Amino acid sequence: MKRVFVNEEWCLGCHLCEYYCAFANSGLADMARALKDRDIFPRIRVEDTGKVTYALSCRHCTDPLCVKSCISGALTKVPTGAVCIDKDKCVGCYTCILVCPYGAVTAGEHGAVQKCELCLENACGSPACVRGCPNRAIVYEER
Amino acid sequence: MKQYVIIGGGVASVGCIEGIRSVDKEGRIVVLSGEGRPVYCRPLISYFLQGKTDPEKMKYRPDEFYAENNCEVVYEKAAAIDPARKTVTLESGESIPYDSLCVATGSSPFVPAFEGLDTVENKYGFMTMDDALALDGAVGPDSDVLIVGAGLIGLKCAEGLCGRAKSITVCDIAPRVLSSILDGDCAALMQKSLEDHGVRFELSDSAERFNINTAYMKSGKVLRFDILVLAVGVRPNDSLVGEAGGVCDRGIRVDTHMRTSLEDVYAAGDCARGYDASTGEDRVLAILPNAVMQGRCAGINMAGGDEVFDKAIPMNAIGFFGLHALTAGSYAGELHEVPAGEGVKRLYVNGGLLSGFILIGDAAGAGVYTAMIREKTPVDSVDFGLLRTSPSMAAFSAQYRRKTLGEVV
Ligand SMILES: Cc1cc2nc3c(=O)[nH]c(=O)nc-3n(C[C@H](O)[C@H](O)[C@H](O)COP(=O)(O)OP(=O)(O)OC[C@H]3O[C@@H](n4cnc5c(N)ncnc54)[C@H](O)[C@@H]3O)c2cc1C
Repeated sequence: MKRVFVNEEWCLGCHLCEYYCAFANSGLADMARALKDRDIFPRIRVEDTGKVTYALSCRHCTDPLCVKSCISGALTKVPTGAVCIDKDKCVGCYTCILVCPYGAVTAGEHGAVQKCELCLENACGSPACVRGCPNRAIVYEER
Repeated sequence: MKQYVIIGGGVASVGCIEGIRSVDKEGRIVVLSGEGRPVYCRPLISYFLQGKTDPEKMKYRPDEFYAENNCEVVYEKAAAIDPARKTVTLESGESIPYDSLCVATGSSPFVPAFEGLDTVENKYGFMTMDDALALDGAVGPDSDVLIVGAGLIGLKCAEGLCGRAKSITVCDIAPRVLSSILDGDCAALMQKSLEDHGVRFELSDSAERFNINTAYMKSGKVLRFDILVLAVGVRPNDSLVGEAGGVCDRGIRVDTHMRTSLEDVYAAGDCARGYDASTGEDRVLAILPNAVMQGRCAGINMAGGDEVFDKAIPMNAIGFFGLHALTAGSYAGELHEVPAGEGVKRLYVNGGLLSGFILIGDAAGAGVYTAMIREKTPVDSVDFGLLRTSPSMAAFSAQYRRKTLGEVV
């Protein structure tokens, strides 16, 4: 399957991926309405220590601990290999946050947790973070 | 064709089915389920009381799960295992042969012999969907509820009933709530989150005897109730294996392949006592992730694979009204107290390894710590100064990040 991969050396720390992600998952057609003066909840996050900077999102692990640990059956690995979340089933217990080794599952806006679903479930169709990355530090490919 | 039998229809059983089917697509699988319903999310019964989920959403697997995995589900209880003849006898007397057996019977509430408990009509456990449905039907705006036990199950029950009863009181012999996973001031924070929603506590006190709708406490207090919930503790359902001559010690003893001491008999989940990677000792780790992973490991081995599960550690994510407490490992060694605003952040380092942690409030990145415990990552191989405040990949080597962010993991 194609996954999102990150090349730390090329990451500028510009945070654009976060905005594209939040916009793609807002369900809104207008970027300003989706993002301006709002708390955004991107599923990809730039981690910046001053020395290193890189973007982090779900690795769609081959054997995902979050799926095996989910107490509500909300997290599943779908046939394509992507790890997806059923927000209606999620009760926001945070067990997935407790087990994800990468910190890639985060608290969402409305109680349920959130994670990257490769923009397969929104109108974007392919990862918005990748399309928006100005330096190709984030790519979507088969490895 | 091999015949697999699984006793129990919970999540460990599901893990076992999926484990078997990852190796053997043909063999016959018979699941004996004592609960009269397909697998559901047991931990969600309190969310059901709260109205945050419903029986449909609580399904742990889709309706087609058993059919798709070619399993025959028998809604009947197993009464005995005969390891010599390799059969399981049902309560009806029918006997089912197995080539390979998995015992995934979970646990049952432990009810101490309280004097006068038999005079209490409205008493409930809080372990099953049936318990939740019964409580759901019994509780009303005029009910005074008394919950005995301030552990995970008792407190989740209290949260579930909040706003649905006239009063909710929780009593426990321990001086603090969640005493198995939290220390004093952490427990106090979680207690307060429930008190803020009207739950009352009677700690360091226990019921001496009951009479119809009154509890007489050791302290001399008298508590009146309409509904009594008993959530004192649980016991592994290990008797089937014990009576068949298998080694049990408050839980069925299993090795890291989930084998019991009986040939071709495996065990998984809340009924099993297995290896705890955080201490190196054997213990029952009665949490859902462990049940699923042990079940899967058992299933793979039952089908002829060679799978080891030696990464189990105690861990818990529990929350009340939006305040979350995440804990893992054991609290041994040097304590690193990290400022965490209104919350708590405690990391424990023992022998150069992160041995455990308690996070209350901010949960972000907790899994980075959990992974260090599970994988036994030496503290000096990471930037621990950075990691203390922010659990992130930035504290690891560039090589590790290249691997995890740039390769398939
Ligand atoms: C209120 C509550 C909240 C919880 N919250 C959490 C949480 O937040 N996080 C977490 O990780 N865990 C939580 N747990 C624990 C979690 O539910 C268990 O660890 C998990 O369900 C164990 O799965 P299991 O398959 O081993 O056992 P079970 O789910 O108990 O399933 C065992 C099944 O076997 C059946 N059975 C028993 N004996 C027989 C027999 N002789 N023949 C046939 N069938 C039999 C039982 O009826 C039962 O249906 C919670 C539990 C409760 C009760």
